[in-house]
Amino acid sequence: MTIASSTLAVILAMSAATLMTRFGGLLLARFVTRGRTKRMLEAIPPAVLTAVVTPTALATGMAETVACAATVVAARRLSLLPSVLIGIVCVATLRAAGL
Amino acid sequence: MQYRNTIRRDHFAGARAILPLVVAVIPVGAVFGAVAVGTGLSIAEAVLMSALVFAGGSQFVAMDIWTHPASWSGIGFAALLVNLRHLLMGASIAGKMQQFGPLQRLAAMPFLADELWAMSEIRARSEMGLSPAWYVGMVLPFYAAWVASTLAGAMIGNVLGDPAVIGLDFAFPAVFIVLVTGFWRGRRTGAVVAASALSALLVHQLADGVWYIVVGAGAGLACAAVGPDGEEGETA
Repeated sequence: MTIASSTLAVILAMSAATLMTRFGGLLLARFVTRGRTKRMLEAIPPAVLTAVVTPTALATGMAETVACAATVVAARRLSLLPSVLIGIVCVATLRAAGL
Repeated sequence: MQYRNTIRRDHFAGARAILPLVVAVIPVGAVFGAVAVGTGLSIAEAVLMSALVFAGGSQFVAMDIWTHPASWSGIGFAALLVNLRHLLMGASIAGKMQQFGPLQRLAAMPFLADELWAMSEIRARSEMGLSPAWYVGMVLPFYAAWVASTLAGAMIGNVLGDPAVIGLDFAFPAVFIVLVTGFWRGRRTGAVVAASALSALLVHQLADGVWYIVVGAGAGLACAAVGPDGEEGETA
């Protein structure tokens, strides 16, 4: 149960980097009020989420791609939790089937 | 009294909203703990990292590129790159924190992990709005679960097996997909999503690491920037 100084340095560097990105958002928001910057601000959630999820959806395997499509279809009618459950069941079933 | 009841109700509402994601994050935290100990970190180091960094993606990347002794500059820069998206998430949610005082806003920011940010965006769109009490009620169980499951995973090691077998690893991509559909505002969003997806996929195939997140998000924003003016009120 020890903490090596080199590891502590890494943890603190990671923590500082993460805090910079999280506090930085507050600063960024100050420059954004209207027009083009406001349009860009509104595009942030879909743009970031899409970028994060795309490799899982399209470059991991057939099971993930199909499950992502199923989740999209489910989300058009159902709320968050049932849609996510459908996605999970779908991916687990397809993986068990060897896809 | 009325005021206190409102705060309590919001605490509970926040905790209830995050509960499914708390359940989903426990195996992820346990796997992180097990992987960290397998990489050569002590139990205390693994837990400290989860407590101080609180950003799962960058923690797994750190384990991936860990060396002995570890390079604080290399891994620190990787964490910066992986977490650059939080800059955008923070800017987006900051404009929806009207119920927060300046200090409350500052105190909220370090806890803006992906899942907590996403749930906050949903709450901010509801008629109740995003309140500090709701935010605290949501953050506490999720943060506690992340740190505690790291400890459990580090202690018992990799006896849990692979969460991928029961599809639990798919919980977070699925949440993100549902959220994208929730942010849909017609063709303009379609263009943003298409630009982001295409460039993220391209960069993911061509480059190692997490550049695909940076480039994909940037392409989506660029697409929004060059889009036609107007419809301002409609998208607000």
